[in-house]
Amino acid sequence: MTIEAHHLTVHYAERDEQCLCIGNTATTRRILFVPPLFGEMNRVRRTWVQTMRLLAARGVACALPDLPGCNESTAPITDQSLNSWREAITKCADVFGATHIFSVRGGCLIDDGPDIPVMRLAPINGASLLKAMVRARIAGDKEVGLITSSAHLAASVRQAPVQLAGHRINAQLWQDLSDAVPSILRDDSSEVALGDGISALWLRAEPQYDAATAHALANAIDGWSAL
Amino acid sequence: MANGNAATTEDTVRAILCDLLGLPASQAAAMTEQSELFGALPELDSMAVAGLLTELEDRLGIIIHDEDVDGELFATLGSLIQFAEAKVAA
Repeated sequence: MTIEAHHLTVHYAERDEQCLCIGNTATTRRILFVPPLFGEMNRVRRTWVQTMRLLAARGVACALPDLPGCNESTAPITDQSLNSWREAITKCADVFGATHIFSVRGGCLIDDGPDIPVMRLAPINGASLLKAMVRARIAGDKEVGLITSSAHLAASVRQAPVQLAGHRINAQLWQDLSDAVPSILRDDSSEVALGDGISALWLRAEPQYDAATAHALANAIDGWSAL
Repeated sequence: MANGNAATTEDTVRAILCDLLGLPASQAAAMTEQSELFGALPELDSMAVAGLLTELEDRLGIIIHDEDVDGELFATLGSLIQFAEAKVAA
């Protein structure tokens, strides 16, 4: 069976951003996947795309956007904030005609723009994400003989963006992450638990494909969104 | 009570390593306290260690300061479990 896949163009902040769509968009259920942030997105993307294919085979259309400044986006990451990402997700949900959202990890910090039900997996506070990236920077610097501290990085980001785990983080995004917690779930929303075949792929050192996670997630999302 | 806490902390540390290394549960259960970590496992690079520390904080409800972290901490599974147990007890 051939599953239709195409790119949906979403015009946001004077640029064309890309969103991968899989499945027939004339279906009644259309799930917008809000990816994890930063490196965690790279580690789950292949498995998420397979989850989307499995859902499409059941007649559920899915979309996975590139956040501005990330993946194929040409927007500078140093222009971004959690609010710009939330707005981009809201715009994408509108253009795609999303009926539900599936969000993961840091994606749960920016999933509350559209007025539709959300299913979350392993939501995380922005401060924890930031701390892990700061630690990676400190450890990386240490390996080349440089001594860096969290306090030093927090001070220097006020002057210019700092490089954390391969991403240039500006002062606004640093502050946003420090403060952000996932919004309170709506009554029609839900959280899927790790385990029962769903692995924390974002923790892996390298991007990996995990068929068990793709199947378990497709079952969870399908069962929930059919209600 | 101490034994109950210790078992829980050890289970959590093993579960995080399992997620991080992508090990089947059987292989993670076969790791002993002498099993070497940093330097022995190529997956455990500095980025992975940063993720591991944050995950320990979130799942165990502890705070790990930069100055708490040195190479010895990740020498073996036993040293990592001991560190986590001490933090939980503090």
